[in-house]
Amino acid sequence: MSARGSSQSRVSFSLWAGAILSLMLLLAAGVSFVWTPYPPAAIDIPHKLASPSLAHWFGTDNLGRDVASQLLAGSRISILVGLVAVGIGLMFGIALGLVASFSGGWIEDAVMRLSDFVFAFPALLSAIMLTSTYGPGVINAIVAIGVFYVPIIAKVTRATANGVLAREYALAARAAGRGPLSIAFDHVLPNIAPALIVQATIQFAGAILSEAALSYLGLGAQPPQASWGRMLAEAQNVLYNAPSLAIYPGGAIALSVLGLNLLGDGLRDALDPKLKARS
Amino acid sequence: MLLEVSNLAIDLAGPAGAQRIVSGGTFALDEGESLGVVGESGSGKTMTALALMGLTPENAHVSGSIRFEGRELVGLREEAMLALRGDRIAMIFQEPMTALNPLHRVGAQVAEPLVLHRGMTKEAAFNRAVQLLDHVRLADPERAARAYPFALSGGERQRAMIAMAIGCSPHLVIADEPTTALDVTVQARILALIDGLRAESGMALMLVSHDLAVVAGHCDRVIVMYAGVIMESGPVEAVLKEPKNPYTRALLEARPQPGASRGRRLKTIPGSPPIHHEIGAGCPFAGRCELTIDICRNTPPPEVRFGADRLSRCHRAREMGRSA
Repeated sequence: MSARGSSQSRVSFSLWAGAILSLMLLLAAGVSFVWTPYPPAAIDIPHKLASPSLAHWFGTDNLGRDVASQLLAGSRISILVGLVAVGIGLMFGIALGLVASFSGGWIEDAVMRLSDFVFAFPALLSAIMLTSTYGPGVINAIVAIGVFYVPIIAKVTRATANGVLAREYALAARAAGRGPLSIAFDHVLPNIAPALIVQATIQFAGAILSEAALSYLGLGAQPPQASWGRMLAEAQNVLYNAPSLAIYPGGAIALSVLGLNLLGDGLRDALDPKLKARS
Repeated sequence: MLLEVSNLAIDLAGPAGAQRIVSGGTFALDEGESLGVVGESGSGKTMTALALMGLTPENAHVSGSIRFEGRELVGLREEAMLALRGDRIAMIFQEPMTALNPLHRVGAQVAEPLVLHRGMTKEAAFNRAVQLLDHVRLADPERAARAYPFALSGGERQRAMIAMAIGCSPHLVIADEPTTALDVTVQARILALIDGLRAESGMALMLVSHDLAVVAGHCDRVIVMYAGVIMESGPVEAVLKEPKNPYTRALLEARPQPGASRGRRLKTIPGSPPIHHEIGAGCPFAGRCELTIDICRNTPPPEVRFGADRLSRCHRAREMGRSA
């Protein structure tokens, strides 16, 4: 009894903590559209490297830009990259996975071996390769990250869809005269949605991390666009004078990724009781 | 004839090459008739049923001929098959617990064939589904139609599956072990329901079961399958009373007998059914049969006819009934 109670409170804790942190991220991005304490790119050399104060909550950086404003504005890029990259992954991944699962045979094999091929390259390295080939920038970074989500989503879709198609109700739907498309949308997708939602949430966190890494390397967001990864890179130059400049964007990245991962874990436990029982 | 199957063969492609899991399947079914298909697990009963629906797995190859209402189903285009399924031929599945999608309301699932084949709107079909649920004597059909499958018991779900199958008044209903997953009292009621529906609508029934008692009580004719081969077929009473095939006889003897003396052991069939590549040139049952003689091991058994509608596939069929 007590073990069960504690496991349930842990579940709701990770779900709640994750949801709150993720909401804060969303809220920061939303607020930044209508209001930031200062224009995030406004340079104010006389007040550079200021300590936190009422005027500058987190101080200013080596060009006198307000750190709080940059953090708020930077969350936009993170969310944009997460949404679009995961969107690309879901759109193509679900389509490929369903095609593989429904057609079976050599098509299934071909899709899965192609996925393995893409898997074989470390995602971040490949993203670096793509952005350095096609030029740095947010859009290229998004596409580069999204491309590597396609095989992940395709694999999850195929595996879970195969599980659903093996259920008798899928056969019963065929026996009732249903075609494959309507079975895919009416029977398979709703039943595999929980797995996909969980996967998408966790990939979202990965996308934020990848964007930060690319921007840190100068391959993602370009100045004057505010980005947490770029803030980290700039803070590196003045690390001994103002170490806190690295801590703020680093903390923001860590909290966002942590929040989304907790949310994904919590959702998985909440949506799929079987997975919980197994782990 | 509503359904005429001749020389039906099903090959399953596997890593070790194709295996013939059903061979020489020949049987027929008249309008309104009910045919029992009995056999052990793996005897090809379910595969035969799925072949009639055109729902065999992808790695299966179906050959021979299946004529339904004069139309050849083997090699029929998928679109044409889609139009038949759920409309003219319907199927009831073994596991009522998994045969309904947990995410859709029962009524919507019962209504599905009506929307697909009768072009009804969702509302009209849902209302008809409530009538159908009432027709299969589900208590409180309104509530059941709005419920999700988890809220219904196994027996209630099987009634809902039956409602779904009869929605379009099919001419042939295939029931694949419809009561195996249910407890005995529910079993009897579900079978009585199927009998009643059949009497009033004149649909033909193919009842797949491993239970001889179920087939005896609810079918006109029976075919007995073993290792993908029809060993014996004929009218139920004649076959069960006086089997002309040693396999049928062995199955009958393996049943518990009411009134048998205490402590008497049930008779069993020694060994287990052959794995398909083990079947040699002879009779598939040769290795386990009491009557095996040399010819059984190397020559396929002939079809021996008894009258117009009885058939046994056995070298020693003519001796049966005399020697036993």
